[in-house]
Amino acid sequence: MAPHDLRRPFKRPAISDQQRRREISLQRQAQNRRDAQQHARCLASTLLYLQFPQAEPASEPELELESVPEFQAEFGTELEVEFEASPREFDIRQASKLKGSQARKWFAGQLMLPEWMIDVPDQLAQDWYVFARPAGKRCFVVSTNGTTVSRLRNGSILNRFPSALPNGARARDASGSAQSYSILDCIFHESDQTYYVIDMVCWRGYSLYDCTAEFRFFWLNSKLAETGACDQPSYYHRYRFCLVQVYNCDQAGLSAAYTGAVPYVKDGLIFYNKHAHYQTGNTPLALVWKDENCSQYVIDTDSKGQIPSQQQVVLELQDNGNLTTSDDPPVVFGFLDEGFVQKSGLHPGNLLRFAISEGGLSFVDGKLARADLKYLGKSNRARAFADSYSKVVFQHMARHSPLQFDDLLASIGSSIDQEDKPSEVEMVG
Amino acid sequence: MAMEVTQILLNAQAVDGTVRKQAEESLKQFQEQNLPSFLLSLAGELSNEDKPVESRKLAGLILKNALDAKEQHRKLELVQRWLSLDTSAKAQIKAGLLKTLSSLAPDARSTASQVIAKVAGIELPHKQWPELIGALLSNIHQLPAHTRQATLETLGYVCEEVSPDVVDQDQVNKILTAVVQGMNASESNSDVRLVATRALYNALGFAQANFSNDMERDYIMRVVCEATLSPELKIRQAAFECLVAISSTYYEKLSPYIQDIFNITAKAVKEDEEPVALQAIEFWSSVCDEEIDILEEYGGDFTGDSDIPCFYFVKQALPVLVPMLLETLLKQEEDQDQDEGAWNIAMAGGTCLGLVAQTVGDDVVQLVMPFIEENITKPDWRQREAATYAFGSILEGPSPEKLIPLVNLALNFMLTALMKDPNNHVKDTTAWTLGRMFEFLHGSALETPIITQANIQQIITVLLQSMKDVPNVAEKACGALYFLAQGYEDAGSSSSPLTPFFQEIVQALLTVTHREDAGESRLRTAAYETLNEVVRCSTDETAPMVLQLVPLIMMELHQTLEAQKLSSDEREKQNELQGLLCGCLQVIIQKLGSSEPTKYVFMQYADQMMALFLRVFASRSATAHEEAMLAIGALAYAAGTDFAKYMSEFYRYLEMGLQNFEDYQVCAITVGVVGDICRALEDKILPYCDGVMTQLLKDLSSNQLHRSVKPPIFSCFGDIALAIGENFEKYLMYAMPMLQSAAELSAHISGADDDMLEYTNSLRNGILEAYSGIFQGFKGSSKTQLLMPYAPHVLQFLDSLYMEKDMDDAVSKTAIGVLGDLADTLGSNAGPLIQQSVSSRDFLNECLSSDDHLIRESAEWAKLAISRAISF
Repeated sequence: MAPHDLRRPFKRPAISDQQRRREISLQRQAQNRRDAQQHARCLASTLLYLQFPQAEPASEPELELESVPEFQAEFGTELEVEFEASPREFDIRQASKLKGSQARKWFAGQLMLPEWMIDVPDQLAQDWYVFARPAGKRCFVVSTNGTTVSRLRNGSILNRFPSALPNGARARDASGSAQSYSILDCIFHESDQTYYVIDMVCWRGYSLYDCTAEFRFFWLNSKLAETGACDQPSYYHRYRFCLVQVYNCDQAGLSAAYTGAVPYVKDGLIFYNKHAHYQTGNTPLALVWKDENCSQYVIDTDSKGQIPSQQQVVLELQDNGNLTTSDDPPVVFGFLDEGFVQKSGLHPGNLLRFAISEGGLSFVDGKLARADLKYLGKSNRARAFADSYSKVVFQHMARHSPLQFDDLLASIGSSIDQEDKPSEVEMVG
Repeated sequence: MAMEVTQILLNAQAVDGTVRKQAEESLKQFQEQNLPSFLLSLAGELSNEDKPVESRKLAGLILKNALDAKEQHRKLELVQRWLSLDTSAKAQIKAGLLKTLSSLAPDARSTASQVIAKVAGIELPHKQWPELIGALLSNIHQLPAHTRQATLETLGYVCEEVSPDVVDQDQVNKILTAVVQGMNASESNSDVRLVATRALYNALGFAQANFSNDMERDYIMRVVCEATLSPELKIRQAAFECLVAISSTYYEKLSPYIQDIFNITAKAVKEDEEPVALQAIEFWSSVCDEEIDILEEYGGDFTGDSDIPCFYFVKQALPVLVPMLLETLLKQEEDQDQDEGAWNIAMAGGTCLGLVAQTVGDDVVQLVMPFIEENITKPDWRQREAATYAFGSILEGPSPEKLIPLVNLALNFMLTALMKDPNNHVKDTTAWTLGRMFEFLHGSALETPIITQANIQQIITVLLQSMKDVPNVAEKACGALYFLAQGYEDAGSSSSPLTPFFQEIVQALLTVTHREDAGESRLRTAAYETLNEVVRCSTDETAPMVLQLVPLIMMELHQTLEAQKLSSDEREKQNELQGLLCGCLQVIIQKLGSSEPTKYVFMQYADQMMALFLRVFASRSATAHEEAMLAIGALAYAAGTDFAKYMSEFYRYLEMGLQNFEDYQVCAITVGVVGDICRALEDKILPYCDGVMTQLLKDLSSNQLHRSVKPPIFSCFGDIALAIGENFEKYLMYAMPMLQSAAELSAHISGADDDMLEYTNSLRNGILEAYSGIFQGFKGSSKTQLLMPYAPHVLQFLDSLYMEKDMDDAVSKTAIGVLGDLADTLGSNAGPLIQQSVSSRDFLNECLSSDDHLIRESAEWAKLAISRAISF
C-alpha cells in the first residue's frame, strides 16, 4: 500500500494528436455509416420506374370503320394493349437532375390523376375524404439542394424559387443531407399566388408513395407547418404554401366541402380513398366531381373560353390507327385508317382533337359501345396526354344527365342509417 | 517433500541460471501434477517459522500468482480453478495464511497479507470464508504490535480487493473501528499507525453509512486530521492521501471540516516536506475537480439540479488559497522542463491554480494579476517564470471579456520575452502561455480577435524563430502554432489569414522534424502534430501546397523503410517516425480527398502510397500499424471502388490486424477500416468476406480481446451486410445467434456504474447498427423471408431497451431506426409482429417528440416505414 501517484499532466494538451486523428477517423466512419444507412433507407423506397410506354402493334381490332374524316367506331371491349415497359429505373434524386424534355417527360408521369366521378363509389362515408379543389394549375413542387421547382402536369417548369421547404433555399441550414428532396402535389392559385398543397409524395428524402392517403394527410398536416412553408412570403420564401381543409366524406363533411367558405376559388370537389397509396397516372381511387355551384369550369371550353356546341375530346393515335384515351390500359374510342393518317401527316403518338357528333356515346352494360367522332385536328402542343375515359364520360353526362350533388348526399344517407343497415348476407347455398 | 520444496524455492532464486531454470521447471511440474498439494505445500512453507525467509517469501508470491493475473481471461481462469479446489485443502491453506500474520518475519507477514486479500477477493463475493473478518479482528487486540500491524495491513488489502457490497455493514463497522483505532494518537507503535492510515484509505469506499452518521464521521475526520500532524512523515503523507480520497468520495460531507482542512493544508504547503505538501495541494486540486464536475452538470440543464450541490469551497477559500498557490510557483526546480518524470511543488501548485481558475472563473483574475505585475520583470528568472506561469494558468476559466484586454496588453511582452529572455525555463513557459492564449481566446467563436492583420506577421515570425530554440522551447512554440492554426479551422473554404504564411510555416515545421535533437522533449512529434493541424485547417487556396507535401512525406517514409541494420533503439525510433509520417499522410488524404478537384490530382499518388503503407506493416510496432491502418481507411474512403485493386495484397494485413488481440487498438482500427472498405467497394468486397467474417466471429468469441473492440465489430457486421446485400445470407446462421445473445446480455444491466452503462450502450448501438445494416442489406431481395425468424427477437430487444429506460440518445436513435428498417424490409409480414409488440408504439411516439433532431428524424423514418408495412 504505497502512496499513490498524483502527477497530473503539465504543460500538455489533454488530448494527443494521435488520439485526435483516431477520433476524427471514427467520426468520419460513423458519418459515412450514417450516410450509407440513410442512402439505403431512401434509395430503394423511392425507386420509381420511368417507363416509356410503347404500344406494340396490338392485335388488329375486328371492326370496320367508315370512311374518314367522319367515322364511327363500333366495338365493345377495351383492347388489351401490351406495354413493353423499358424499365429504366430512376431514383427521384437522379430524376431531379434530369434536364429539359427528359425531365418534362419524367415528371409528367408522376402525378396522381383523379378520374372523373361517373358513378358514386360505395362506402363513400367510410372510406373517402373530400375537399374543395382550388382552381389553378396542378403541379409538382420539388425542393432539394437549396432550390424549389414547380412543374406542371406536362412536366414543364412553372416556377423556380427559394422556399422554406426542406432544402428549398440556400439560406437555410438544413438538418440532414442537402440532397434529400421533398415533393408536394400542389395547385398553384394565381390570384393569391399561393401553392395549395393537396398531397405529400416525398418528405426529406423519404418516400410516401406507398403510404395510405390517411397517413399522407396526417404527415402533411404535421410536417408542413413546422418548416415555416405556410408563413407569409419573404426573401428566402417567395410563395406561400397552404393546406386545404380535408373532410371525412360523411354528410357534414361533404356539405362543408361543397358550401363552406374557402380562401380560394373552388373548382369542384376531390375525393380520395383513405386506403389508397399514391399512384401515378389515372386512378379510380381519387375522383373529381364538379357542378356549376362549385366550379366555373364544369363543361370544357375551347381555346377562346367558349363552350363548343359539341363535346370535344382529345385522343391518342396509336401505331395501328386506334384512337385511345390516356387510361392504363387505354380505352379505344375509334380508329383511323392508314390512308387518312398519311394524308393528314399524322404520326403514332399524336394527340388528336375530335368532336362528339350527334351519334354521341352509347353504352351497353355500363361500358362504352359506340362513339360518334368527328376529326377536328391536332391538339394543342402543350398537352401531354389524351383525355381519360372518365373525363369524356363525365363531360358527356354533364351535357346530358349530370350527376347531382343531391345524388352524392343521398348515396351517403345519415351516418346512423349506415350503422343500422343490416349487413348483407351472402347466400352460398 | 517439504524439505524438497524449500530447496527448490531457494534454487529458483539462485544466481546460477541453470540451477534457477531447473528449479522453475520442477515447480511447474509439481503444479501441473497436483495443484492442491502444490498450493498446500506453498502455504505450509510460508507459515513455517523454521524455514528461511527467502523461500517463505517466494512461496507466498507463487501462491499469490496462482490466484490472480493481469489479463482478464487468465484471471477468470484462476478464479474458477481456486473455487473448484477441494474445500479441506483450501481451509488448510487459509489457516496457514492467517497463522503467518503472527510471524516474526516481516516479509512473511506482508506476503501473507497480500495472499489473504487475493483469496478474499475470490471467496467473499461467493459468500465463502465468512469467518475471515472475525478472525482478523480477533488479532487486533493481541499484544505483539507486529501482529496488529500485519492484520491492519491485511484489512487494507482486503478492502482494496473486494467491492463494498460483499461485506455486511456490521463487519464494515468493525473493520472501520479497528482501523481508526489503529490510526489514533493513542496507538504508540508508529508502524501500526502507518498501516492503519493506509488501510483507511482503502476502506473509505466501505464507509458510506458511517459518513452519513455525524458522530462517526466527526470521529473519523478528527482522527485523520490528527494523523496529518503526526511526527512521522509517512503517516502525515498517508493521512493527506485519505483527505484527498475523502474530498472526492464524500465531497458533500466536507462542509463542517473545510476550514480546519484549509488550515492544515496551508501549513503543510508552506512548511512540510515535499511529499506531504504535494498531497496537501492535491486535496485542493481534487476539490476543484469535484466542483468543476458539479458546475458543469449545473450548466448542462438549466434546472440547476445535480445529485450533489456545489458548496463553493474553492470560491470561499479563494483569497487565501490563491496566494498560497502563487507562492509555490516560486519553488521551481532548475531543469524540470527537460525531465519527463518531474513533479514538484511548483508544478503541482501551478496545476492547482489552473483548476482554481476553471472552477471560479473571473474571480481569480484580480487575485493573480498583482503577482504577475510585480514579478514579471524581476531580474530573478524564478520570479519571471512564476509570473508567466500564473498568467498562463488562468487563461482557461475566466470569461473572454475579462481576459482579452489583459491578453492584448501582454501579447507583445510575451513575444519579446520568447525572443529575448535569457532563461530557457522562462521561454518555455512563455511559449506555453502563448499557446494557451491561442487555445482559449482565439477562434471564430470569439467576437474580438486577439490575432489581427496588424500582429499576425509578428506572431508567426516569433514562433517560427522560437522553433529553432532548444528542444523544450521549440516544442512549446510548435504547440502555440498548433492552436493558432486551429483557431482558423472555421475560416471558410476559400481564404484563411494563414494563407500568406502557409509555405513558410510548413517549411519551418519540416526543418524542425529534421533537427538532430528533434528526439528530445518530443519535439519531432510536436512538429508533425502541428503540421497536421495546419493541413487540417488549410483552405482551397493552399491545396496546391498541401499537394506538394505528398511526395515529400512519402519520400521520408520511404527512407525509414530503407534503413538497414538498426539497433533495437534505432528501430524503435524509426517505427515512431513511421507512425508520425503515416499519421501525417492520413491527415493529408482526408483533407485532399474531401473535395473532388484535389482528390483527382492527389489520387495519382495512391498506388505508391499504398505500397509504402503495406511495407510499414512489416515492422513490429503497434503504433506504426495503427497509423498505417488509419491512413489506409482514409485512402479507401477517398478511392471508392478503385480501392479494389489493392485488396489482394492488402488482405493479409487486414486479417493480421483483426487477429491482433494484444494491441487491441490496432484491432479496433482495423475493424473500422473494414467498414471503410465495405462502403468503398460495396459488393466487390464479397470475395474477402468469408475471411473477414470468420475473423470477426473469432474476435467476438475471444475473451482475450479487449471488450471495447466488440461494439465496433457488431457495427461492422452491419457495414458488410449493407455492402453485400442478400449475399450476407450465409453468415446469418453465425452472426444472428451472436447478436441475439449479446442483445440479451446488454438488455438488462442492473446496478451498473457509469462506465458499465456507457459500455453497454455502445454495445447496444453496435448490435443495433448490425441489425440495421442486415435489414437494409436484404431490402428488395427475394430472400427477405430469411430474416423473418429473427424479427420477433429484434422486436423483443427493442421492447426491453425501451422498458429499461437507460438508453442514451445514440442508442435511441439507432433503435428506433431498426424498427423502421425491420418494417421497411419485411413489409406486410412485419405488420402483425409490430402491432403485437409491447412498446413499439410508445417508443415511437416518445422518439417522435424527442428534443434531439436526429432521434426525431429516425423516428419519422420508422413511422413512415411502419405505416407502409401495416397498410399493405
